[in-house]
Amino acid sequence: MPEEAPDLLPRLGAFARLLHDAGMEAGPRRLTDATRALACVDLKRQADFRNSLRTVFVSRKDELPVFEAAFDIFWAPPDPRASAGVMPGRSRSLPMSPERAKAWSAALRLNTSQMNREQDPSTVPASSSGYSAEELLRHKDFDQMTWQETEQVRKLLEQAPWRVAERKTRRLRPAHAGRIDLRRSARHAIRSSGELIQLFHRRPRVRRRPLVLICDVSGSMERYSRLLMIFAHAIARREDLEAFVFSTRLTRITRLLRYRDLDRSLDSVSKGVHDFSGGTRIGDALSDFNRHWARRVLGHGAVVIIVSDGWDRGDPARLTAELIHLRRSSHRLIWLNPLLGSEGYQPLTRGMAAALPHCDDFLAAHNLKALDDLGRLLAGLNRRSRFR
Amino acid sequence: MTPATIEDVEQRLRERKYIGDRALATSIFLALKLEKPLFIEGEAGVGKTEAAKVMADVLGARLIRLQCYEGIDLAHAVYEWNYPRQLLHIRLLDAGDDRRVAEREIYSPEFLLRRPLLDAIDNDDLTPPVLLIDEIDRSDEEFEAFLLELLSDFQVSIPEIGTIKAKRAPFVVITSNRTREVHDALKRRCLYHWIDYPDLEKEVEIVRARAPEAAGELAREVAALVQGLRGMDLYKVPGVSETLDWARSLAALGATRIDPTLVNATIGAALKYQEDLERVREQVPALVEKARGA
Repeated sequence: MPEEAPDLLPRLGAFARLLHDAGMEAGPRRLTDATRALACVDLKRQADFRNSLRTVFVSRKDELPVFEAAFDIFWAPPDPRASAGVMPGRSRSLPMSPERAKAWSAALRLNTSQMNREQDPSTVPASSSGYSAEELLRHKDFDQMTWQETEQVRKLLEQAPWRVAERKTRRLRPAHAGRIDLRRSARHAIRSSGELIQLFHRRPRVRRRPLVLICDVSGSMERYSRLLMIFAHAIARREDLEAFVFSTRLTRITRLLRYRDLDRSLDSVSKGVHDFSGGTRIGDALSDFNRHWARRVLGHGAVVIIVSDGWDRGDPARLTAELIHLRRSSHRLIWLNPLLGSEGYQPLTRGMAAALPHCDDFLAAHNLKALDDLGRLLAGLNRRSRFR
Repeated sequence: MTPATIEDVEQRLRERKYIGDRALATSIFLALKLEKPLFIEGEAGVGKTEAAKVMADVLGARLIRLQCYEGIDLAHAVYEWNYPRQLLHIRLLDAGDDRRVAEREIYSPEFLLRRPLLDAIDNDDLTPPVLLIDEIDRSDEEFEAFLLELLSDFQVSIPEIGTIKAKRAPFVVITSNRTREVHDALKRRCLYHWIDYPDLEKEVEIVRARAPEAAGELAREVAALVQGLRGMDLYKVPGVSETLDWARSLAALGATRIDPTLVNATIGAALKYQEDLERVREQVPALVEKARGA
């Protein structure tokens, strides 16, 4: 907590750098705003000081915990109780690369554990559906795929001719036919003394539908998960894609897929997802999706693709309920099952049997041919016939 | 009438029955001081829009509200020419009149339909108005890009008239339900505040202030009940506005305390999904029990 003003500016600059290193936007503009803001409040009131910096530096909800942790670490006064082994307000940690964390710890005279990402309790939730004992927190290496394989698959996927079907938006653009554009017509008519000689038209602009991909990466899907990630990466390069993976819990990987370079993306996914090849609880994963993501990513007539073999250790009733909900909030719900390609396969697993009646389409996903079928389906989505 | 301190903001909000925390008061205070837009996010029904309305009242300013929706464009948000009037006017002119004079005439402010954003910028108010851009997450990227420009210099250009610049910039409040992430560039121009669900004590206070008809223990019990529901696994968790609706519904039925029958009869005020209703139904007695003890 700052007591004297002269000393405050450089400290504030250092705090902004800390926020920046923790992944927040803390440029000169923000710093200026922070300085101006602090000039307006009573610096002796710690709560106001904290609130002011928060309103300036934070710009979305996910940044709130990062800010609070950084604030605690940077500004918290040495607490007398600390010697007794308690450090109130200093228990949270910051997401940061190990080298940065080390540098900051040295600068602020902290011990490293406070800033180390691996120890962040928020990335390892204690309550993973009571299933955590069996959850295999393994980090999968993607290195095993040969470079040639990857390249081939990716090239083929990127060259695939299909595009996701379009939907009409509410925005209008000039056209040769359609609704009359009164604005343009009237403007034109004024030139001819108010006579409507020529009518102009406009019609809704079309946009491609957003895609949401929810991939099962549990143990039974292991053989396919790498390929599916390549698939996801290939779509993410050209379509509006939100991607999630799950085995025992759901993880959003949209941002991790953004790298242009496939290997970098795959690397970031394997680092960011902690339960590759664990058990499966599809119902729980979809429940998580319905509650926390559906409202944010299912706008604008989204198409949802679930990729899973349907080996589910959870409750089939729950899976059914969540699927019904999901289908109602999406334009089309497609289930891809890699096993569907194998000879004589019948969707008899409990999960699959529960899911089947509630999906619009049920397709294979075991080879590139199957993915091509999917592509054709996505391109012709406006025809509402089912495909299974 | 600009508040001089954070306490001042807090007190004025309270006088107008808006129960916010000190962090919100600080954000509002700083937005006024720094003359920056305030970006308020939070789940549905936590009082984002209400905050802007109360702010207008606090400042003694006019509230100009722009409700966003998908496809909103300049003609709906900024201005449009009144074409029917223009056409009529031009047809009424004599043949001998100079056409250029006529054109200047029909492109005068008199033929302009002013929409909220133009209204907010081209104001002669003594106290600059409060411009509420509500639910920006419903608009699309094109509109966001336009707003970005507007918020950086508070001016609008109308080709036929010229550039109109705000004499005094309005106090801008932008709200979002976070159905999608709003672009960083826009947020960067704003101060940010996240409104969370209130804790029990604050929610009781809110019910007492805004639904005074909920007499006696009813306010506390309804608030406790909603707090209980928020801890459950629901598709749509009830917000504060649902708490208020519920308290008012119960009060309208003459209730002074809650019981399972009353709760079952009125639960539609709080839960809006069939699945949620089903899930909660069987637990109503336990929830009521707990809420009555709170």
